Amino acid sequence: MAFISAADADKNSYDVIVVGSGAAGGQTAYTLTMDGAKVLMLEAGRNYQPATETPMLQANGEAPLRGAGTPEKPFGFWDATVDGGWQVPGEPYSSASDDPARQFVWWRARMLGGRTNHWGRISLRNGQYDFKPHSRDGLGFDWPMDYADLAPYYDKVEMLIGVYGANDGLENTPNSSPGVLLPPPKPRVSDLLTRQRAAKLNIPVIPGHRAVLTQRLDHVRLPKLLHPGNAKAQKILAADMQKRAACFFATPCGRGCSIRANYQSTTVHLPPALDTGNLDIVTDAMVRAVTKRPDGRAEGVIFIDRKTGAEHRVKARVVVLAASALESVRIMLNSGVANSSGKVGKYIMDTVGAGIGGQIPLLEDMPLHNEDGVDGFHLYTPWWLYKEQLAGKLGFARGYHIEFGGGRSMPSMGTAAGMEWLNGGTYGRKFKEEARRYFGSFMYFSGRGEMIPNDDCYAELHPTQKDKFGIPTLNFHWKWSKHEIGQAAHMQTTFAEIIDAMGGRMPSPPQPGEKAIKQGGIIIHEVGGAMMGNDPAKSVTNSFGQSWDMKNLFITDGATLCSNADKNPTLTIMALAWRASEHMLGLMKKKEL
Amino acid sequence: MDRRTTIKWMFAAAAAMPSLKTFGYTPAKLALDVAPNLPGYGTDPDLVKEWKPGGPWPLTLSAPARALVAALCDLIIPADDVSPAASSVGVVDFIDEWISAPYPEQRADRQIVLPGLVWIDAEADKRFGKQFAELNDAQRSAIADDICQPAHAAPQFQTAANFFATFRDLTAGGFYTTPVGMKDIGYTGNVPLERFDGPPLEALKKAGLA
Repeated sequence: MAFISAADADKNSYDVIVVGSGAAGGQTAYTLTMDGAKVLMLEAGRNYQPATETPMLQANGEAPLRGAGTPEKPFGFWDATVDGGWQVPGEPYSSASDDPARQFVWWRARMLGGRTNHWGRISLRNGQYDFKPHSRDGLGFDWPMDYADLAPYYDKVEMLIGVYGANDGLENTPNSSPGVLLPPPKPRVSDLLTRQRAAKLNIPVIPGHRAVLTQRLDHVRLPKLLHPGNAKAQKILAADMQKRAACFFATPCGRGCSIRANYQSTTVHLPPALDTGNLDIVTDAMVRAVTKRPDGRAEGVIFIDRKTGAEHRVKARVVVLAASALESVRIMLNSGVANSSGKVGKYIMDTVGAGIGGQIPLLEDMPLHNEDGVDGFHLYTPWWLYKEQLAGKLGFARGYHIEFGGGRSMPSMGTAAGMEWLNGGTYGRKFKEEARRYFGSFMYFSGRGEMIPNDDCYAELHPTQKDKFGIPTLNFHWKWSKHEIGQAAHMQTTFAEIIDAMGGRMPSPPQPGEKAIKQGGIIIHEVGGAMMGNDPAKSVTNSFGQSWDMKNLFITDGATLCSNADKNPTLTIMALAWRASEHMLGLMKKKEL
Repeated sequence: MDRRTTIKWMFAAAAAMPSLKTFGYTPAKLALDVAPNLPGYGTDPDLVKEWKPGGPWPLTLSAPARALVAALCDLIIPADDVSPAASSVGVVDFIDEWISAPYPEQRADRQIVLPGLVWIDAEADKRFGKQFAELNDAQRSAIADDICQPAHAAPQFQTAANFFATFRDLTAGGFYTTPVGMKDIGYTGNVPLERFDGPPLEALKKAGLA
């Protein structure tokens, strides 16, 4: 079993159809196939092979426009994304409001592995508070599970994909189990200076957690822990882990990784899943709808072959939507299923984002040294004002973490550009001297904060608009609340204080929250739209992503999240997918599916 | 150059320069027009093939314009003890690629750069009776000193100063992304390593961390 044609998919029979091949689809297919289930994966984009397609070590000078981002490659020419961005030709969406502050932009990547190929690899666990936010402050929704329910799956995912970090034991910032994390990379000068000066402001700075192999995975120990009693799975995983190299501390992760040193679904989840012989993948398969059996259960899905335009129907015992939160919402709405609660499309969330850059004289004229490291997030700041916030001292609910970066990174179009605010504007030999002096002395602080789900943020089907496949498109409603705006303002003043404490300077003063906050969808952490819960009248699925209405329909992507903690959703999506898949396997074995 | 091409260039330059009247100078022979619907490299370009300026879309600057761009690049980044001048490492090709590209940011820069090039030749002509590329270093600096600081430029030089700031950013981006430029600025990364050791002691000392 392997990559097959759309026509061949029609002929075979499967236990499970998985729609999507990113973090959720990859994890779901991995867990299912390693335990023997026959899975058909449908990916809307083209096949993608990181081993041969990744531009490893190409410098920006070798790319068109020196690698600068364009509408066709928003994160730069070398970025791994294929056929993706906030606009995908032929696949429109819309916003209900003309007000830019109330519009939502939707990132998609049409390729095998989806956006896992280019993501930041930041892998933070939700903490105890993050599962019971409503109980804590009266806002939003509690999850139908506790941290303890998901903790074992966080451990499993971290062991499988390889996550570096440290166990600092800070409030609501969980430790991993012993032996799970890989060692964090050594901090850079800019990291250490940030830590030293932030300490004076009582702001903690600790090692980040990212899905990058700082050393090779232990192929003897880990497969036994991940697949106890399953000799075949252990053998397959052990063999695959030996094919993943450790990071060689060069070339940005967003390009993907041909040596498989970071996590992307295409290099970590899919190869062992394919090795089981239980996985078939059809690419260029754009799913339109879930089909229904006479008894009300899911029959399969209808998809359109992107290359031929032909429509295909495939069937299975179980259908899993893992197409990314909003694409799964769109499929459900277009299918007219799983929505007796009326909650499909409701409570969509992104992450609150705002940032400030500065120049740090102490970092000027550094002795030459290589600061590439693992690319980003050697150190970071988890949210640290839980007590002040709970006591009502901040004026907004929920926290943010701080991602910061600086140092002598690979020169790009931004290098030595826009220095007028520092030197007025020079040219000639003086310009060259100043370029050397300032290189590596700039830092950027980005806040990534929790958005509280609200009634003004939802997706619905557009009454008339269709995409190039004839599939109705999504229309978005969006509005930040005072909590997100207040948080963005707090980010601005805090980052200015940190830069000041580092002896730095900024090109412009901190902005008010409304101006500083990034547009909805820009941070690309959109989740929600098919919330899980305990009450079928108020939620779309149970805690296993299983539809209340359609017992053999599961959603394993970010659509089921009840809140969007500041922790970045991908690791949580994978842990939920693993847990949901185990539940699915149990139900299939009991013949309940 | 044949007459047809010359007219095309003139038309292109004039069409690209709505603000030219403010310069009081008649443009000529700067660049070929760029097609309004020129395709880019697409949403799925081959990332492992070799890319060169002029590959994904045609370059458009005329020979005289390229000479002027080279002179300006080298005014901003001249040869010194550390590295050669910008024009010697392909920055002219890069700027031509940039302002000929079919994307909104680059099209906007084209509307700044082409009129700026016209202005700077006109200014050279006004002050010294020559084209800018024919001026000596002192003459070039006399003009550059009036336009190199956008926040402090005299009102009559404000538009030209904005142009110069844009052109300086393009020159720097073009230069510091080349192997020569990366070495000059002190970038020593993008090299596979067995271990990442973090900063050396002298770097920590410099920042007051050791």
